[in-house]
Amino acid sequence: MAEKRVYEVVFIIDPDTAEEDAKRLVEVLQQIATDQGGNVVKNELMGRRPLAYRIGRKTEGVYVLFEIEGTGKEIAELERRMRVSDQVLRYLTVRVDEDRQRAEKLGAKRARRASKRPFAAGASAGQGGGARGAGREAAGRDEEE
Amino acid sequence: MSRNFSNDREFDGDDDGPRHGGSGGGGGGDRDRRGGGGRGRMRRRKVCRFCLDKVDIIDFKDVKLLQNYIPERGKVLPRRISGSCAPHQRMLAEAIKRARNIALLPYAAD
Repeated sequence: MAEKRVYEVVFIIDPDTAEEDAKRLVEVLQQIATDQGGNVVKNELMGRRPLAYRIGRKTEGVYVLFEIEGTGKEIAELERRMRVSDQVLRYLTVRVDEDRQRAEKLGAKRARRASKRPFAAGASAGQGGGARGAGREAAGRDEEE
Repeated sequence: MSRNFSNDREFDGDDDGPRHGGSGGGGGGDRDRRGGGGRGRMRRRKVCRFCLDKVDIIDFKDVKLLQNYIPERGKVLPRRISGSCAPHQRMLAEAIKRARNIALLPYAAD
């Protein structure tokens, strides 16, 4: 549990709650996450938008997005509270750190390839592709750009 | 079939040198050649949009993007139609399922 995890929590607040109540709810939830040792990196109100299908007779909802850094303990508590609360129609938690790491790696790989490429035509003669290989590689590059 | 396969190669197999289908700017390289002379129709090879745009994460909150991949009925658009590569189709499907869960997208249309 030592490592830090990053989660995205999206939840939908009942559109019929008063604006200040909704605001208070968001604050309370954020406080819960913080109390449990989490760090709320992002707190974004995605706003009121129609639901794609009805949830308990409601056709729209107020979407709120949290991004939380932590161990997972605060997520458990947060989800418990949201389950209990009548004002939260639905919530979804997604762990994002692993995906982001992977994306970063892919991006780095791409950057590395891009920086290597200008030399590829000249260097690949020695790398065991021969002149033909170099020609084909150049053609492939043209296609990509 | 062969078309899908070459799409896969394009996504992750870049670093191992030679590729087919990249014969300069000519028209022939971009076409799908299947079955020899059977029917003379040449089809434009479909390319994964996400690979072109270098997308690494497909966000489930991006409704505008996901909407392009759910036809009327609300199902996930198959990749034989969209031309997505396998890794991106997986990400896409996952994102659509998440979006459905929080009512950003419908499970079934009407």
